[in-house]
Amino acid sequence: MFNPTWALVMEMIIAGIAVIGLFAVLGLVLVLMERRVAAWMQIRLGPNRVGPFGLLQSLADTLKLLVKEGMTPDGSDKFLFNLAPFIAMIVAMLLMAPIAFAKNFQLWDLNIGVLYVTAVSSIMVISILMAGWASNNKYSLMGAMRSGAQIVSYELSAGLSILTVVVFSGSLNITDIINAQADGWWIFKGHIPVIISFVIFIIAVTAETNRAPFDLAEAESELTAGFHTEYSGMKFALFFLAEYINVFIVCAIGATLFLGGWMPFHIGHWEAFNHVMDYIPSSVWFFGKTFFLIFVIMWFRWTFPRLRIDQLLNLEWKYLLPISMFNLLLATAVAILGWHF
Amino acid sequence: MFIVKYIKDVFNGVKSLLIGMRRTGYYFTHHKEIITEQYPDNRDTLVLADRFKGEVVLLHDENNEHACTGCTACELACPNATIKIVTKFDITPEGKKKKAIDKFVYHLELCTMCNLCIVACPTDAIKMAQTFEHSVFNRADLTKILNKPDSKIREGIE
Repeated sequence: MFNPTWALVMEMIIAGIAVIGLFAVLGLVLVLMERRVAAWMQIRLGPNRVGPFGLLQSLADTLKLLVKEGMTPDGSDKFLFNLAPFIAMIVAMLLMAPIAFAKNFQLWDLNIGVLYVTAVSSIMVISILMAGWASNNKYSLMGAMRSGAQIVSYELSAGLSILTVVVFSGSLNITDIINAQADGWWIFKGHIPVIISFVIFIIAVTAETNRAPFDLAEAESELTAGFHTEYSGMKFALFFLAEYINVFIVCAIGATLFLGGWMPFHIGHWEAFNHVMDYIPSSVWFFGKTFFLIFVIMWFRWTFPRLRIDQLLNLEWKYLLPISMFNLLLATAVAILGWHF
Repeated sequence: MFIVKYIKDVFNGVKSLLIGMRRTGYYFTHHKEIITEQYPDNRDTLVLADRFKGEVVLLHDENNEHACTGCTACELACPNATIKIVTKFDITPEGKKKKAIDKFVYHLELCTMCNLCIVACPTDAIKMAQTFEHSVFNRADLTKILNKPDSKIREGIE
């Protein structure tokens, strides 16, 4: 009935709809989760009015944002101003492609998956700079510039800590990396170097996604809202959504590289134990690990105070980068000498 | 040694962050203790802090007597002219004239709840009440006469 081209087009459309649907659900769930985690950590209750246990709160917020007016300020660069939120979303959508959500469930299994993720995630900064510049507002521009400096620097240590896992598994392909963890996740098999790089990775991606304690791009108390000060209605919501989607994506990458992605918890050659673990569906493993990492990042946000810009750059260039460089050397030595499990 | 200090810095930094995370983690897992009030629902059982300051009240006892001598110390202490004391002269049984308050006028709409009048009062006649539902439809309703009708000063207060 369909020739191959049409079949491909249909496939693309279905994948696109699935990704957009996942975005919407993730946005609602993560916003609610963040508010609940924040409330519980501050000995509050959190949203509890809309729907049972306040579960419909983020849906009500979305509805409110949808009907609000999307203003474009007079002095702004109108084209760039309206383009920026869409670039943020498109980058988030592109990053969804190589993530393996479950066993044999992946949009695009390309052989340089890890490189693709690190490369595409750096386009994110363009949308932030674009939004800050086009707003014609000094706070927006200041936030965007800070964000630029921050993302460019923290990408280095994020990349180096990802490389540690690439060194161990010897592949850039996401599927290969996950399959290499069939007899134990890298964080257990690779012991010290992988644990160090995991910690550095979590710190660096917290900075890359502009979340507290590294939220200098927004910094409510200093810059009102940083690069999205001038945005309202759905355009603001797109930035907001992109932030949460990015948190999900980086946590999914972290879970894939260090905690085995969809791979169940396996211990070496304990066949019986491994078989029992295999009965838990792989998607449950993937989302469980990812949401655990998201919780850790939220835990950071509601515990630590915001850094100053000089402290932020000090942390990267004086601590994280040298440590991750030495760590990469250590990891390479361990991998070559076969000192891992 | 530079490298020793460097490692010590990293170690101490990580340790202090972990102490902070342990505290918030404790709160997260023990969320039965809630410090916020579910206000409109628990109006009857609302627990307010002792230091909460809602409005100035003039204390009256069961004989409709208060302790205000009309010295105007509170009026002088008030930074934004919230209190206005109108005095009159009572005739005591001995035939002497004695100063007393006619009206203790309190402008709630001007009050910032700074507590200076309470501190200034030499006879502890006024205090801060814990009421806070002050909204009214007419601004004039916020100007209150604090002394009750026919109230008088308690015996022995000078």
